Amino acid sequence: MIQTVELPFWLELATAVLLLTGSLFALVGAIGLVRLKDYFQRMHPPALASTIGAWCVSLASILYFSGLKQGPVLHAWLIPILLSITVPVTTLLLARAALFRKRMSGEQVPDEVSSGGDRGN
Amino acid sequence: MNRLFPAPLLSLALFVLWLVLNLSVSPGNLLLGAALGILAPVLMAPLRPQHAHIRRPLVIARLIGRVGLDVILSNLQVARGVLRASSHPPRSAFVHIPLSLRDAHGLAALSMITTVVPGTVWSELAVDRSILLLHVFDLDDEAAFIEHFKHTYERPLMEIFE
Repeated sequence: MIQTVELPFWLELATAVLLLTGSLFALVGAIGLVRLKDYFQRMHPPALASTIGAWCVSLASILYFSGLKQGPVLHAWLIPILLSITVPVTTLLLARAALFRKRMSGEQVPDEVSSGGDRGN
Repeated sequence: MNRLFPAPLLSLALFVLWLVLNLSVSPGNLLLGAALGILAPVLMAPLRPQHAHIRRPLVIARLIGRVGLDVILSNLQVARGVLRASSHPPRSAFVHIPLSLRDAHGLAALSMITTVVPGTVWSELAVDRSILLLHVFDLDDEAAFIEHFKHTYERPLMEIFE
């Protein structure tokens, strides 16, 4: 059972500010995903949610639960670290697949960077 | 390094990860964490044909700090670009960057950095690793961007991995 501890006001304020900031960046990322037209442009805004959005929410969680349990509760910092390892994998795959498809359909994208037509990494 | 610890740093990282995940340093968790740290790299060793040689911890620390700062700055830039996209469409472009970094692990780290930082997406690498195709959300000055990219990210990675 978690005992209810009265949190100091500055801690509640910091938690609220961090949560709102993170949510705001995630919202802007979502707006970008809806409003931008070009596929490659749309790859960028979701990174707002997976970086600063996730950082702020994790930090808020660390602050709040550390205050609640009267000691450091740090495991939320693993979220940004694991996100920064896994998100690039899917992003890279999406970018590669989009480039490949657009080249096949003859759209305006740069030619393959390897000379001789070998497919790059 | 040897047969028991093919990747000592990875072993240590997994051990710490397990303990932090469980928020406990009880004997049982210490044992499980040690088992994970020892077994996982041994079992994964056949999948990793090359060993990474990591040097210069100070350069690593400075690079991580620099990337953290750049993530925050480019978050603000991309957010601004999204919000005023209708009046000022972002000048998105593909950029060809000539690379000097050849180490596979260094390139993997570089691809992580470019993709984690909003505003740049790693798109293609030449087979001979000499050219990188990068998609940039809002490109102002191509030559300055390439210079900044090589100076802030590529050079420290070359110091660390090569």
